[in-house]
Amino acid sequence: MDNKDLIQYILGVSDNAMILGQRLGELCGHGPNLETDIALTNISLDLFGQTRSYLQYAAKLQGGDTTEDDLAYLRKEHEYKNVLLVEQPNTDFAYVIGRQFLFDMYHLLFLQELSNSKDAQLRAIAAKSIKEVKYHVRFSGDWVKRLGDGTQESHDRMQAAIDALWVYTAELFKASATEEFAAQNGIGVALDKIKPEYHARVTELLSEATLTIPENPYFLSGGKQGVHSEHMGFLLSDFQYMQRTYPNMTW
Amino acid sequence: MTAQYAPHIDSELVAILESVSDPEIPVLTVLDLGVIREAILKDNTVHILLTPTYSGCPAMDVISEDLAAAFKAKGLETKIDLVLHPAWSTDWISQAGREKMQAYGIAPPLNETHDKQALLGDARLIACPQCKSTNTKLVSQFGSTACKALFKCEDCLEPFDYFKCLR
Repeated sequence: MDNKDLIQYILGVSDNAMILGQRLGELCGHGPNLETDIALTNISLDLFGQTRSYLQYAAKLQGGDTTEDDLAYLRKEHEYKNVLLVEQPNTDFAYVIGRQFLFDMYHLLFLQELSNSKDAQLRAIAAKSIKEVKYHVRFSGDWVKRLGDGTQESHDRMQAAIDALWVYTAELFKASATEEFAAQNGIGVALDKIKPEYHARVTELLSEATLTIPENPYFLSGGKQGVHSEHMGFLLSDFQYMQRTYPNMTW
Repeated sequence: MTAQYAPHIDSELVAILESVSDPEIPVLTVLDLGVIREAILKDNTVHILLTPTYSGCPAMDVISEDLAAAFKAKGLETKIDLVLHPAWSTDWISQAGREKMQAYGIAPPLNETHDKQALLGDARLIACPQCKSTNTKLVSQFGSTACKALFKCEDCLEPFDYFKCLR
């Protein structure tokens, strides 16, 4: 696998963390109460920290003057390769928690596999991130249970969020050409390998939360190919504002 | 499996390293925290390998700057490299560091099994740093920073931070 393919693979992985981190960051000061506000922004911080590790590595592989900031801020919409799930908006707290839980569960299983990668740096980043993501899963899983098995109102809204977000989960395991190539080379994660475990764990927790997975769902995908939902452009215009307005600014 | 913390530090650098503290928990030095993997003096330059605690911890940038400033005051240059592997663990916080943390009002991390029982279950194992009672209750899994959880003591009623076990 040459550097170009490896960089593409790393960007796909880090874009998931980065775009979800941005979504959670939007909640800073807007969480339903102080504790959840702080928790969600702490998770955002973990995801941005992981993103920096990936992007510093990708920038180093790319060489020349490329920096982590160039890779984070200066791509066009179709050059971001995150899954559609993570760019979905903060519709209400149940959506925020549902999106988080459906991603966290995948993220943990994904990182556990990535920690066996043939690439030493990806292995190191994965091993470090696992420790953080374990806490994310606990947080989002607990809230899914609390809302699902709470009042009629919280149950209905949590179920509505799961119904709306479930359509994005198949994409997590639908390997792009880059992901398939990386997996064949022992660098990337074989996504079909973690799919059964994901479904088992999600089903178990949802049933504990008295929630159900929608029957006969249809699935949406495209993010991995850079074909994003209508929400992505708005997210990026916020995310890229400083670099677009003041090119090359640094903190 | 957590790696052991066995840093390689030149003895003449220890005193200077001890003068640099964590910006969030100022009673802890970088040595107490266990983030210095290596510090070697070569041709007037101190080569440091630094390990981040949490990936996104903003304190790491400040610690790097503080290290550079501390050595500069002694006429030494610094070259700092971040190393991720093996990943930092709360096991690397020194015993002295744990005691200082407790005195500062932050409950130090328990071992992994007890940590899980306290954070996931309702086990009351974490001692309040104020009154030492273990009649304490989890308020939130994330406290003032990502590395801490928020607890409340049901005896003296004080809220406090608990430094979560990370390994």
